[in-house]
Amino acid sequence: MAVLNEEQEMLRDMAREWTVNESPVTEFRKVRASGEPEAFNRDAYATMAQMGWAGVIIPEEHGGSDFGFLSAGLVVEELGKTLTASPLVMNTVAASAIVLGGSDEQKARWLPRLASGEAIATLAVDEGPSHDPAKIETSVSDGKLSGTKAFVHEAHGADLFVVAAKDGLYLVEKGDGVALTTRKLTDQRSHADVTFDGAAAEKLANGGDSLLDDVLDRARVLTAAEMLGMAQQVFDDTLDYLKQRVQFNQVLASFQALQHRMADLFADLAQMRSAVEAGLQAVDAGFGVARAATIAKAEANRVMHTMANEGIQLHGGIGMTDEYDVGFYLKRARVLEQSFGSSSWLKDRFSKLSGY
Amino acid sequence: MATQIEPATQTDEDAFRAEVQQFLADNFPAELKGQSNALAGVDGPTNETPAQTEWREAVGARGWGTPTWPKEYGGGGLTKAQAKIIDQEFAKAGAYNPIGGMGVMMFGPTLLEYGNEAQKKEHIPSICRGEIRWCQGYSEPNAGSDLANLQTFAEDKGDHYLVNGQKTWTSGGQWADKCFAIVRTDKSDKHKGISFMLIDMDTPGVEVRPITMISGTSPFCETFFTDVKVPKDNLVGEEGQGWTIGKRLLQHERANISGGGSLARLMGQSLGDIAKKYQSTGADGELADAVLRDKIADFEIRWNSFLLTARRAMEESKAAGGVSEISSVLKKLGTKLSQERSELLIEIRGLQGLGWEGDGFSDGELGAVRAWLFGKATTIYGGSTEIQNNIIAKRVLGMLDHQ
Repeated sequence: MAVLNEEQEMLRDMAREWTVNESPVTEFRKVRASGEPEAFNRDAYATMAQMGWAGVIIPEEHGGSDFGFLSAGLVVEELGKTLTASPLVMNTVAASAIVLGGSDEQKARWLPRLASGEAIATLAVDEGPSHDPAKIETSVSDGKLSGTKAFVHEAHGADLFVVAAKDGLYLVEKGDGVALTTRKLTDQRSHADVTFDGAAAEKLANGGDSLLDDVLDRARVLTAAEMLGMAQQVFDDTLDYLKQRVQFNQVLASFQALQHRMADLFADLAQMRSAVEAGLQAVDAGFGVARAATIAKAEANRVMHTMANEGIQLHGGIGMTDEYDVGFYLKRARVLEQSFGSSSWLKDRFSKLSGY
Repeated sequence: MATQIEPATQTDEDAFRAEVQQFLADNFPAELKGQSNALAGVDGPTNETPAQTEWREAVGARGWGTPTWPKEYGGGGLTKAQAKIIDQEFAKAGAYNPIGGMGVMMFGPTLLEYGNEAQKKEHIPSICRGEIRWCQGYSEPNAGSDLANLQTFAEDKGDHYLVNGQKTWTSGGQWADKCFAIVRTDKSDKHKGISFMLIDMDTPGVEVRPITMISGTSPFCETFFTDVKVPKDNLVGEEGQGWTIGKRLLQHERANISGGGSLARLMGQSLGDIAKKYQSTGADGELADAVLRDKIADFEIRWNSFLLTARRAMEESKAAGGVSEISSVLKKLGTKLSQERSELLIEIRGLQGLGWEGDGFSDGELGAVRAWLFGKATTIYGGSTEIQNNIIAKRVLGMLDHQ
């Protein structure tokens, strides 16, 4: 755990207490059972926003606390631990696009509402099943945006889309010219293909040529933070289970073959945490962001992948049951792994950034 | 928490920095710029040049090679902040710390903790001046990972012990003046029968034979003890306390193997940059072999997250005033990744990366081959990776003893 300041410790403790008491995995089970495509609890999200979590990266003049990405990551990590279903990550990423690229007028109109939870925003970039921001066909003419975005996270709950077109990022409100097709994925969360057919669009004109990359890097580090919380929880649950389950008249935790696997996972988790925290800190420092975010998401992908698989295997048969939580983490893990950069895409980007 | 030392003011620090700069200007021989401390490595000493001797003596006289050790025993008696200033200014001037080796890394800190006054007075000053080379008498042919199984026996003969037995993997044994050893003083108790004692390597009955390694070098020795007389004064701590003291010393050893202060050096040159010199590239300067390129990136990402983890462990330790629990993974991760890096270097260079000797290979290429081979030892010594896994599982994760 990075060395935190007092504000950050309070924020993390508050998030930990709330998720454990008010939003355990049983809450996610209720969301799943409801079958609602938007797949989150509106009341819970309103509470989260009241606690200030939707405005952590939004400037104070626009109703946020401006604590930064490391702080936002602390909250997201705790939410990840209990698989709390909410649009918080996507809303934060979309808000960052407006912070970086919006005009004063756009900021004043949207940021206070996104910070208070009154409105929800999300990001729509990819047009196919694999992350590839170089392949965008969506275009704008005369302020009308047309194109189809694939597997947009939290699309159902969103009032506002930050949409990547060929020539930059645009704000598009849900309404005329915006149509959703639900795509139910294994994580049972909100995903949809979104078709924009001449929808009214406003450009985010500031932020320069790197705006899309900068926003995606923020998506990468926050997604990685969610995965960090999930990986930590799978590790902790698995360790607890090994200490309780008795076979051959011994607890499983006494078997060296299992001890060494847990030691490996512990080391992996340490690397993942270091990489994710460094990614969040790089965004706050505004230095070396592309590289740090790439490392953060790549390590999150690698470790979460293994952790989910080992979590199931080490739980044995009951790990395969719907009654146990560990399977939920596996299913969410793979969705996040493929979002905002698969491992091979991230390694390609890392090579390019390193000049080879 | 330790009592807070009065924080140094900015003026104090500036004054001390100026003092270090003046010292370097007065004492650091220009011809040594960019060199490293040949005496600190395990590959053995090269004969000191007059300039190297001069530099070692200058730093040793000030105690600045061991800046935070007490002044009364020859250390610098400085604060951590001042030690950092020395580090920074030496680095800026391209100057190495000439005081090193096992005396500094492992034995000195342990003796400062467990030695009696006479022992500290006798041994610490010569370590601070870099005059005496120490070696480690720990492993035996039948006591490797199971170190407490050691059999070298020290028989009580009244005013001295009579030591018989064999140690192995004695790093630098052929060059050492003295040996800190763990030996058995009681055969009835595996752990409590062990004592920690100091043995002069020129005592009659001590015989050292270098072991040639797969890398072609001989940094380790077998050391035989036949009726070796060791004065009772050379016992550190109490009889039977050797296992406790010996383990404490191993913590210092692990901290050193995993990198500790030398992360910048560990970082090394980007494998991608090296690969571009040996492999063909495409239109944008990218490596044409996409599989190799992916492997390199995969490695470098994990290497980066390891370095970030080492940095985090240091920050957490500093903030908490104790050792961070993730320190336990650094040795295991660092050694494995270093080995992986060596293997990848060979894949990048092809057969040019497997040269044993000759003009057809650069020094860098030849050095990498020897480092690749010798590097296989790093996951074995200092507590093998398997032992590290046991330690993590039991002490950090609270999993039960498997035995």
